[in-house]
Amino acid sequence: MAHGGMGKGKGPARLNLKDSWTVFKRLFKEIGNFRTHAIIVAVTIIIHAVMYAVATMYLKEILSFIFDRALTNDPERFIGLAKMMGVLIALYLVSVISLTIAARLTLTLSTSMLCELRIKMFKHMQNLPVSYFDNNLRGDIMSRYTNDTDAIRELLSNGFKELIHATVIIISVFVSMLVLSPLLTLVVVGSLVIIGILVVIFTSKTGKYFIRIQEETASVNGYAEEYVSGQKVVKVFCHEDVIIKGFEEKSQGLRKMGTKGHTYSHMLMPLLGNISYINYATVAMSGAALAIHGYLGPITGAIATITMFLQLSRQVSRPVTIVSQQFNSVMMAIAGAKRIFDMLDEPVEADEGYVSLVNCEARCDEIKECEERTGRWAWKHPHKQLGTTTYKPLDGDIVFENVNFSYVEGKPVLKNVNLYAKPGQMIALVGATGAGKTTITNLINRFYDIPEDSKIRYDGINIKKIKKADLRKSMAMVLQDTHLFTGTVRENIRYGKLDATDEEVEAAVEIANATSFISHLPEGLDTMLTADGSNLSQGQRQLINIARAAIADPPVLVLDEATSSIDTRTEAVIQQGLAQLMEGKTVFVIAHRLSTVRNADAILVIENGEIIERGNHEDLLAQKGKYYELFTGLYTWE
Amino acid sequence: MIRKLAPSVKQYKGYAILAPICVVLEVLCEVFIPFIMTKLVDNGISMQNMQVVIKYGTVMISLAILALGFGLLSARFTVVASMGFGANLREEMFRKVQNFSYANVDKFSTGSLITRFTTDVGFVQMAFTILVRIAFRAPVMLTLSVIMIFFINPIIAIIFLVSIPVVWGSIILAAKFVVPLFEKLFDKFDNLNNRVKENLGAIRVVKSFVREDHETDNFRHAAEDLKNAQVKAEKLLVYAGPAMNILTYIITILVVWLGGIKIMKGEMSVGGIAGTIGYIGQFLMSLLMVAMVFVNLFMSRASAKRVIEVLDEIPTIRDDEADANLKVKEGSVTFENVSFKYKADAENDVLSNINFEVLPGQTIGIVGGTGSGKSSVVQLIPRLYDVTEGSIKVGGIDVREYKIDELRQAVGMVLQNNTLFSGTIEENLRWGDMDATQEEIEKACKVASAHDFIMGFPDGYQSMITQEGTNVSGGQKQRLCIARALLKKPKILILDDSTHAVDSTTERAIRDAIKKDVAGTTLIIIAQRIASVIDADKIIVIDDGKINGIGTHKELMKTNDIYKEIYSSQQGGVM
Repeated sequence: MAHGGMGKGKGPARLNLKDSWTVFKRLFKEIGNFRTHAIIVAVTIIIHAVMYAVATMYLKEILSFIFDRALTNDPERFIGLAKMMGVLIALYLVSVISLTIAARLTLTLSTSMLCELRIKMFKHMQNLPVSYFDNNLRGDIMSRYTNDTDAIRELLSNGFKELIHATVIIISVFVSMLVLSPLLTLVVVGSLVIIGILVVIFTSKTGKYFIRIQEETASVNGYAEEYVSGQKVVKVFCHEDVIIKGFEEKSQGLRKMGTKGHTYSHMLMPLLGNISYINYATVAMSGAALAIHGYLGPITGAIATITMFLQLSRQVSRPVTIVSQQFNSVMMAIAGAKRIFDMLDEPVEADEGYVSLVNCEARCDEIKECEERTGRWAWKHPHKQLGTTTYKPLDGDIVFENVNFSYVEGKPVLKNVNLYAKPGQMIALVGATGAGKTTITNLINRFYDIPEDSKIRYDGINIKKIKKADLRKSMAMVLQDTHLFTGTVRENIRYGKLDATDEEVEAAVEIANATSFISHLPEGLDTMLTADGSNLSQGQRQLINIARAAIADPPVLVLDEATSSIDTRTEAVIQQGLAQLMEGKTVFVIAHRLSTVRNADAILVIENGEIIERGNHEDLLAQKGKYYELFTGLYTWE
Repeated sequence: MIRKLAPSVKQYKGYAILAPICVVLEVLCEVFIPFIMTKLVDNGISMQNMQVVIKYGTVMISLAILALGFGLLSARFTVVASMGFGANLREEMFRKVQNFSYANVDKFSTGSLITRFTTDVGFVQMAFTILVRIAFRAPVMLTLSVIMIFFINPIIAIIFLVSIPVVWGSIILAAKFVVPLFEKLFDKFDNLNNRVKENLGAIRVVKSFVREDHETDNFRHAAEDLKNAQVKAEKLLVYAGPAMNILTYIITILVVWLGGIKIMKGEMSVGGIAGTIGYIGQFLMSLLMVAMVFVNLFMSRASAKRVIEVLDEIPTIRDDEADANLKVKEGSVTFENVSFKYKADAENDVLSNINFEVLPGQTIGIVGGTGSGKSSVVQLIPRLYDVTEGSIKVGGIDVREYKIDELRQAVGMVLQNNTLFSGTIEENLRWGDMDATQEEIEKACKVASAHDFIMGFPDGYQSMITQEGTNVSGGQKQRLCIARALLKKPKILILDDSTHAVDSTTERAIRDAIKKDVAGTTLIIIAQRIASVIDADKIIVIDDGKINGIGTHKELMKTNDIYKEIYSSQQGGVM
């Protein structure tokens, strides 16, 4: 497609705190459908963490029970110990069971939610206008289904669990500290603030670099993809060395960014671990100083307090580390979610149409709507103000009235185009490449919308009033770029009519004159096609495309350079089939070959977005205008 | 495997050696710290001795700072080494791939090669990091903690020793069971990605057949398949966390129970049990780390294998024995009994027994139906593929005797499915001649009828082309590709159906201009339109991989049925 988008670059998304929070809240809402799951997960994790904290404290009780009774001969002591062990085991059991439940439910939650999210994205994507696909890189859209959803999954399956767990422990440790000594707590908090600041600096650096690493990876990927796919051209021009140099540059870019980013992430662990030791020593020294000066009450109590504090301050450093690590995955998930939401927020194709396409009974003067497929169609046109519904037969009468159009503002592609196609007529569009032929067909089925002052009428109805799906169902397109789907040949043909019988498929194959080549395929119609049908030649793929259009059998047919990639002998054969297919239909043909065009009822010569000549072959030759020039250009040459 | 990949560390060898040394020093410092910690509490705080507190506190802080220093250094060295190692591997692979023949690339497929460049290298890189950092750290920690516990109480140490094979055994067992499930999971991922990719490419088809719902249904299946595979594969893994928890709890309970009884009976010191409990965490952590090292190495083994496969692949088209001084003197082309098939084990030849001769400066046309083998004939000339039997001579010498670069420099070719690359128009054109002047570039574009439309773009020759040239029309792309080939000033110029998207008036203008511009260059034109080759010196009709007829237009019109048929099918003319 030759429009717009030249040199369109895309900067990396930078998120500020406020946006992040908005995205985060929305991501939370997406969990909506699995709220029960999410709540159970949260509750069980909290239970697990609380039980763990309680068990840790109870363990200390057991130890002091043991110390108190060491070397005594209290006969009850073993029973006492056994009882306490029973309680400990019970606490442990509850903790493990709730963790198991949480782990299992987290898996269900994260996979189900992402499955739903992916389906939601895809469904939304199906309704986006063609311009979205023309203006966005495929790889970029693809990465929303892979990298971005993965980042969210990482947060869901690991991040939240760890965050909740760590928070509960941090809170319980702080409560115990405050109860023991508010003064010493201040000392611990002081060093934790340092840890916190370090963590924020490092993780934000890491986060920033990891986004850059992803960009660099994407760039290496893109480069490799482009040049490995274009390998033949590289070889033909002996450009291997230049390409290798280019790849090395990209690869070194990734290496440098990777070194920076990973340095920060690898440094965090030794940093935090050793700061917690420094913290320990600081607490010990300042605790001792405070105790000696009598700030911690009587000296024996003070010693116990400091000892407890030292243990608690060791306990708190691990969850702080965990929170710091998860901070990064939260940021990654938010960045991913942002890109996903951006796509979900893209406005879908506008469809204000209310006229629908219905089957009607055959052999009947008055149009009567019916359910089954009769092969006869009518437009059902409800009139709101009158409260009535009128029917109009689907004939395939198309009129362009003063159509102006541009893909990019200020660069008109079509200028004041007027054209009409009577039912059953074949209209040929000829003209130089880039004159605007394909644009005309893009407008008929509303891949792109025309401005307010332009009008296209279909059987007298403004196409904007027709439901898009019904409008498109009423016409089939055979494009120059052939696209086949992974699946059998039969499935690909059936794409035109999903409930087609085997006989219908074979009939369509017959029309497209594809019978002979398909019978040569290893498994005939049931041969699997892979990767856009790459195991077939261009011409063969086009034959399947034509069969696909034939099976849909709509009243309007658009052939955009449908046969330009097929050799003329094969084309001649297809033409017979197409002639059969085109009978009684309104057909728009864009073609280079005159053999395709000369039988048209009307030939429109387009130049720079304007129709400069209209008439049938003989008329146009008689006019001695552009068409004559094009035509005779060939013949004088012979 | 390690021996195979290790040399790629190259210039980062110093870092790779320093990193584990720093790790060991860091661990040693760290091991002393808990010891000082006990001293600080027992001798300082409990004894209310401020001097001792300050002494041990200072020692501890110094050790921590030392450990921190080594930690930071080891982190830095490891990262520099592993990233450098990854980059080296990636570049070696890419260089290798540039020497691949098309058959080599086909063997791997483009997609798979790209995965190897990034994802697989990533895994190998990760394994390298783990080897350098954790593989040195965890065993040292593990051994030291077990030794410490032995000193406290040998019987309790047995609990720890028993848990080692239990943990490692279950991890290995789980890995054996889970790895195949993960392979299936990756297939499902590919499947999902392919669905999206296909849909993106064919969105116009989807929309014109109003198959959005059908596609969404298909996608839903793929997404749900993926979900189910995910649940199946990870079901076992999610229990790893609770399992570790259970293990910690069981060991704690046993230690407290056995230790408690021993203490109460007076068989063990009071401090011993607290110390032992303190070591449980450290022990299990390092135990798990050692296991994770193995699992990670196991998992990245597949990636390492895939990287090595590329490095070990032998290019099927080589020029090791070619004479570097041999130059292509003139543009004659001779096919002698050439037979060709794409795969050695294929049943039928794509081309069989092709014989023809082209003199320097002649123009040759090749016509024939879709799939008859026209493109295969010309791709053999610059050795994009090698003949299966027979020989091809360029300038009177077998193409296999030239250095590949020399041969390809002499042969310009515009391929049927030609590619432009992302970059400016000028950059793309310069592929033909890196040192071309602006005049030369413009001249080539004028010959290819491309100059006018290029000047029509807002940025002229500096306009950006998107990947695969999707932002120029088919006809424009073909003309740019022709200009690019012309800039190369080849001795032989091959146009493989390279003007079918150009209207015929322009096409004729291009052909006439080329003839004038490159008089003396051998021109081989594959065409669908008879008009394109009608005044060639010789026209070759190919049918089903064989030569059906050779002659001028007039001769073939008399003698060749296929040619006559093609001609009459185009009698309506071509627009």
